[in-house]
Amino acid sequence: MKPIETTQTSRRSFLKISALAGGGVLLSLAAEPIASAQGRGGPPAAPPDPHNFIRIAADGTVTIVAKNPELGQGVKTMLPMLIAEELDVDWKNVRIEQADLDDTRYTGQSAGGSTATPNNWTPMREVGAAGRALFVTAAAQTWNVPEPECSTASGRVRHSSGKSLAYGELAAKVATLPAPALGSLKLKEPSEYKIVGHTQPGNEVGNIVTGKPLFAIDVTVPGMQHAVFEKCPVFGGKVEKANLDEIRQLPGVKQAFIVERPDITDTVLPGETGVPNGVVILGETWWHAQSARKKLQISWNEGRWANQSSVAFAQHAEEMSKQPPQRTIRADGDAETAFQSAAKVIEAHYTYPFISHAPLEPQGATAHFHDGKMEIWTNSQNPGPGRRLVAQTLGMDEKSIAVHMVRGGGGFGRRLTNDYMAEAAYIAQKAGVPVKLLWSREDDMTHDNYRPGGFQYLKAGLDSSGKLVAWRNHFISYGDGERFVSSGAMGPTEFPQGFIPNYALHSSVQPLGIRTGALRAPSSNAFAFVIQSFIDELAHAAGKDPVQFRLELLNSHIAPAAAAEAPAGRGGRGGRGGGMPGMDPERMKGVVQLAAEKCNWGKRSLPEGTAMGIAFHFSHRGYFAEVAEVTVAAKKVRVNKIWVAADVGSQIINPGAAENIVQGGIIDGLSEMMGQEITVDKGRVVENNYNRHTMVRLAQAPPAVEVHFLKTTFSPTGLGEPALPPVLPAVANAIFTASGQRVRSLPLSKSGYSWA
Amino acid sequence: MAYKLSVNGHTSSVDAPADMPLLWVLRDLLDMRGTKYGCGIGQCGACTVHLGGQPVRACLTPISAVGNKPVVTLEGLSADGSHPCQLAWREIDVPQCGYCQAGQIMSAAALLAKNPKPSDKDIDSAMNGNLCRCGTYLRIRAAVHRAAELAGARPSHTATGANNNNNNRE
Repeated sequence: MKPIETTQTSRRSFLKISALAGGGVLLSLAAEPIASAQGRGGPPAAPPDPHNFIRIAADGTVTIVAKNPELGQGVKTMLPMLIAEELDVDWKNVRIEQADLDDTRYTGQSAGGSTATPNNWTPMREVGAAGRALFVTAAAQTWNVPEPECSTASGRVRHSSGKSLAYGELAAKVATLPAPALGSLKLKEPSEYKIVGHTQPGNEVGNIVTGKPLFAIDVTVPGMQHAVFEKCPVFGGKVEKANLDEIRQLPGVKQAFIVERPDITDTVLPGETGVPNGVVILGETWWHAQSARKKLQISWNEGRWANQSSVAFAQHAEEMSKQPPQRTIRADGDAETAFQSAAKVIEAHYTYPFISHAPLEPQGATAHFHDGKMEIWTNSQNPGPGRRLVAQTLGMDEKSIAVHMVRGGGGFGRRLTNDYMAEAAYIAQKAGVPVKLLWSREDDMTHDNYRPGGFQYLKAGLDSSGKLVAWRNHFISYGDGERFVSSGAMGPTEFPQGFIPNYALHSSVQPLGIRTGALRAPSSNAFAFVIQSFIDELAHAAGKDPVQFRLELLNSHIAPAAAAEAPAGRGGRGGRGGGMPGMDPERMKGVVQLAAEKCNWGKRSLPEGTAMGIAFHFSHRGYFAEVAEVTVAAKKVRVNKIWVAADVGSQIINPGAAENIVQGGIIDGLSEMMGQEITVDKGRVVENNYNRHTMVRLAQAPPAVEVHFLKTTFSPTGLGEPALPPVLPAVANAIFTASGQRVRSLPLSKSGYSWA
Repeated sequence: MAYKLSVNGHTSSVDAPADMPLLWVLRDLLDMRGTKYGCGIGQCGACTVHLGGQPVRACLTPISAVGNKPVVTLEGLSADGSHPCQLAWREIDVPQCGYCQAGQIMSAAALLAKNPKPSDKDIDSAMNGNLCRCGTYLRIRAAVHRAAELAGARPSHTATGANNNNNNRE
């Protein structure tokens, strides 16, 4: 693991340095402002800033800096592809280098909200195009010919006379040229693409298959000690007493100390709770520290959340469902009156549990405090706020904190918060040695920021033609007053708002003392299940085909959805991260029709106990419709095949990786559907490892997940999240058609289902 | 306690508590970090290594139980990344995050050593102890088939990694 030095050199001097080093050139190019949008309602767009680097050595080797955190979403390959395409170099000659966190050069160094593609599609191509323009200028000046007589290909500038120069040969001259204005650059037509739109393998695949130390857990620093951190099983609990004298005598134990932190007194826990109370043990190896931990005897003051339980949450929710809602989030028309004149009224109650992110690499980070400065190696999805948190926690200036971005073994939203990073820094400062903190799997699963569970009490009215005319949802979540817990809000434009004349969304909340946060496709991962399952119930009640019913609903768009946008509840998805604001019904119809066409909806005769179900959902700017073919017998479920139809715009940048991540999103959704539930008892999270909070295994994965991208004229958007939400209701709807059993509660295992 | 271990064809001496799992001996004492920690209870398979040619979960294998049996980790599966599983994983571009893939590849290599032409069913059962949180299972299945083809087409390659430290160079 070679950390990259975080020099703060100016652009100009950087050019000089690189020119000295072997005749190469380093380009630092200004890009258009990049909107910063987190899935969870992030900070406003960062100002435009010179950043992004292309380095071309005299031998023609091209090094492109990848600026965003890589946790498996493929961005370390994808963003450089955009630069390389417009730079007009051969991909095989490109080396990729991971950037450090550096807001003097880069914006949007985060991985969340499926934002990398929409935010970088234009700026990264412009960076490459600016580089290409510089080489053309340098060659034209060298030959003393007009620039229009020059063309480029494969890292060479060619003149119409036939002579050519390699970029490497022009590098020294390019270093003396001013950068062109980005707006003036002509970008390639898609038909000219040689890299974009062509599958490029993940840039680390060779290192992964040979076991190179790539991940945050693999970072080593000379002299480091291994840390474990025992926290109170109840959130906010404090150490009253611990047998540290005994612990310090154990083999391989280097240090042990109590961490006491200020109480969090707010009635709604903040999204980022920082360093908690507990006991830290540092060992020669992680095993030494972890073994010593088993001998810990701690008296805890468990604090104010020690009595909460999932059973009580459910009881309280049921009581609230019978009371008038605490508040109304949205009311269009008059749903209550419309129910009275409806031909049919259907009511249903849906629930979904808390679930854990459980990325395979547990939380942890490495930190080294020396000479008043902090150096951190982290796989955070959101390292900028992480550095801020460290600065606040330790009373340091952010400028004294260097953050190296290291590959993460999955993120799924867990690493949008930075508690583990702040813990590592806190421990390193206190311990006086470099520290690698690693959570156990049990730590990870019992101290997560969970996808919040919820309860939705739905009522809908159909007119005599089977048209949906009224919708009411009493959404029961967690929070206090008007505030929802993190990722526990529903916005006022949740589908089918805008498609029904009488729409009412009410909410009630109860207090919660476990942390919550964004999980891949936050809110959508639960809401799509509820809404698209209930819509299926309505289609059946109306006696209509589920595809036809959905298309009719999409055809009944009332007002531009964007005009109805109102601030989402605090801690919700907010902004552009997810939810319905901005959904274009025509694009959604396109994918519904494509999915139906690809699976031969309504035209296949399936054996007894086998059926198809459909669902769609718009989130993170992506339009997804999915069909599941499912066989169910005696509650044993087999997903035979999934068809995915997606509209994420005009260009799939890296098709192989795109297919992989969509298939992964589907399988992730199936895991959530069948086996994932976090429960709380006596204030403690009960499920603490993969045997109790299960994932789909290879034998349970559908044999085929067919992915179809519907190319449209819209600018490309992201894929990390929007593929996941529709698969849950698609499967649930297929189960209904196959078995007559409507699933209204997740996970399915709780209702006696299992994988066949 | 002092232990002598054969890892990837090299003998090393380590001083470790008897109950220290092979996983942590590899990672923290021998500085071989290709083998990953995921769950510590044998549920995820990220720590899969070969012990005497058999796939085992290194997180549940105390060093005292290793004895004279040779240990092979992903780093030792081939000298140069040319084991059929490594080649197939690259060709099919299996990984997303890649964290589980060390264990996946070691399980696949052990399967192919015993069963050079596995069916889907064989693959399902041999690979079912390896979780992939990113959900790359379809590619894993395809890569195992591809590795079987590559191994079949190139008989100089043994599918096992147990003894191939010196004979797998191209």
